[in-house]
Amino acid sequence: MSTLTPTVPAKPARGLRSTEGKAPRAQRESPFARVSAMIVMGVFTLYFLVPIWWLLVAASKNRSQFNSTNPLWFADFSLFENMGNLIAYRDGVYLKWMLNSAVYAGGGALVGTIIAGMCGYALAKYNFPGRELIFNVVLGGVLVPATALALPLFLIFSQISLTNTFWSVFLPSLVSPFGVYLARIYASASVPDELIEAARLDGAGELRTFFTVSVRMMVPALVTVFLFQFVAIWNNFFLPLIMLRDETLFPVTLGLYAWNSQVNQIPVLRDYVLIGALLSIIPLIIIFLLLQRFWRNGLSAGSVK
Amino acid sequence: MSAPAVPLTDAPGSAARKRPRAAKPAKAVGQKPRVQHTGAILAFVLPFGTLFALFYLVPIGYAIYQSLLVIEREGTFGQATEVFGGLTQYILVFQNGPFWTSIGRVLTFGAVQVPIMLGLALLFALLLDSPLVRGKKFFRLAFFVPYAVPGVIAAIMWGYLYSPNLSPFSAVTENINFLSADLVLWAIANVVTWVFVGYNMLIIYSALLAIPAELYEAARLDGAGQLRIAWSVKIPLIMPAIILTAIFSIIGTLQLLAEPQVFRSFSSAVTSTFTPNLTVYSTSSIPNFNLAAAFSVVLALATFILSFTFLKFTQRKEAK
Repeated sequence: MSTLTPTVPAKPARGLRSTEGKAPRAQRESPFARVSAMIVMGVFTLYFLVPIWWLLVAASKNRSQFNSTNPLWFADFSLFENMGNLIAYRDGVYLKWMLNSAVYAGGGALVGTIIAGMCGYALAKYNFPGRELIFNVVLGGVLVPATALALPLFLIFSQISLTNTFWSVFLPSLVSPFGVYLARIYASASVPDELIEAARLDGAGELRTFFTVSVRMMVPALVTVFLFQFVAIWNNFFLPLIMLRDETLFPVTLGLYAWNSQVNQIPVLRDYVLIGALLSIIPLIIIFLLLQRFWRNGLSAGSVK
Repeated sequence: MSAPAVPLTDAPGSAARKRPRAAKPAKAVGQKPRVQHTGAILAFVLPFGTLFALFYLVPIGYAIYQSLLVIEREGTFGQATEVFGGLTQYILVFQNGPFWTSIGRVLTFGAVQVPIMLGLALLFALLLDSPLVRGKKFFRLAFFVPYAVPGVIAAIMWGYLYSPNLSPFSAVTENINFLSADLVLWAIANVVTWVFVGYNMLIIYSALLAIPAELYEAARLDGAGQLRIAWSVKIPLIMPAIILTAIFSIIGTLQLLAEPQVFRSFSSAVTSTFTPNLTVYSTSSIPNFNLAAAFSVVLALATFILSFTFLKFTQRKEAK
């Protein structure tokens, strides 16, 4: 398979450029350029989707067929049987992990988006001393990677005996400096001052104006912030790894990691890791599909405007 | 902290740039010095501000404080006390060979992987934006799907795909050992590329969609082909988006942790000090928190300096 290493597929790309370059102005979109472009896209579609296809196929097989049948096609379809086994294993600890991930990521992203949206809105729509200072400090925070904070957070939390608790993972996840940045840019571009003034004349308080009027105009940006915050928390690994010892508090990434490192001692775990990995990516794919309309617009607002 | 952050306001683009400049003259002329709606402003800013202070600023300060301490014992088994040790931990950091080897390793990784990943992302974004490709919605989604796979899960999955006996491509993996000491770094690079190409493609593609169509028309009338338009019109206009993706990629590379940590169970070539963050983790598991804190501080500084230098460098180039 030419798709296994990143260096090999770069070749068709170069080929395409040179062929395009040879016929610069005569015909603009020559059939040859079209075909080359579609071949590049097709090859990379395989590169991106075959691993997930393999995971689906592998998760649908029972153990005896895993090595003996075509790895890229179904044998006896025992996906649901495998799922049942996974869920039953150790009193449903896998479901517990999925639930934990949903609460860490769903709750954290929801609260995080609201407070980031409020802060960004205030930075965009009110004049007050220290506004630029706050904004610049928050922007500096965008450059500080979350992994760099995990160890110091652990040290602080262990001082107040909060390690190995739900809060030790949940609370730090609420902070999204990038969310404030995006909310500020979007609010200053899309919430007209006149509208806020009008609401004031109607006698609405500032907070009420925000939650009933301004939020609606900021929806694309807020959905984007929510989505990326959700993904960031769902994918977060270092913080739970360093904070949590109690298995029942694990998010699904940490749980599957723990199982995968024990595969050599407990071979049955390999089946559960595969089916568990497959199930763990489905919620994110569904969320991406449902919210597509929003994040596409919001994303462009953040990167171009 | 505020000084280095200022250039970032300029980098991602015009609105971020316009806003402060538009605001400043107004302030200088001076509307009313009295701040209105103080209560509402506090209510808006404080929830985020408090959490940001508690979980960003305090940890940074605490890490610096911890890194300045050393543990002293009275005798071998005596009571351990933390005392101020000045830069002792930092001297240990600078003498620590494996740590600097790991820094060199992730820099090599980034120098190869980031250009490949962003080059592919740019190529796909341009193709999606050109009339050459049909079925844009499908490709956009298909390329973006890997981003929904957490780094840990992607690493586990590729770990199986690489393994000599379990892989569906065993014809390849029996002959090339992707998990060997020579290749495992690049095997990890492939996992990271696989996850993030689509994400970066989408950011660049969104920037392309925001370019007004008239700009292409002008170039077309001048007889420019697709390639020419892409090179001379599109790429210069989306430079801010490309720089943004590059900075996030550089930060991500230096912080590499989940993928190599997972690969430790597939390949013995991945040591406990394979990347800087793995060093931090294994040092804190000893436990030697003061040294681990010093590692963290040095790594965060290195990350900051590198992304800041990159930003300055590209801005100067753009200005020319």
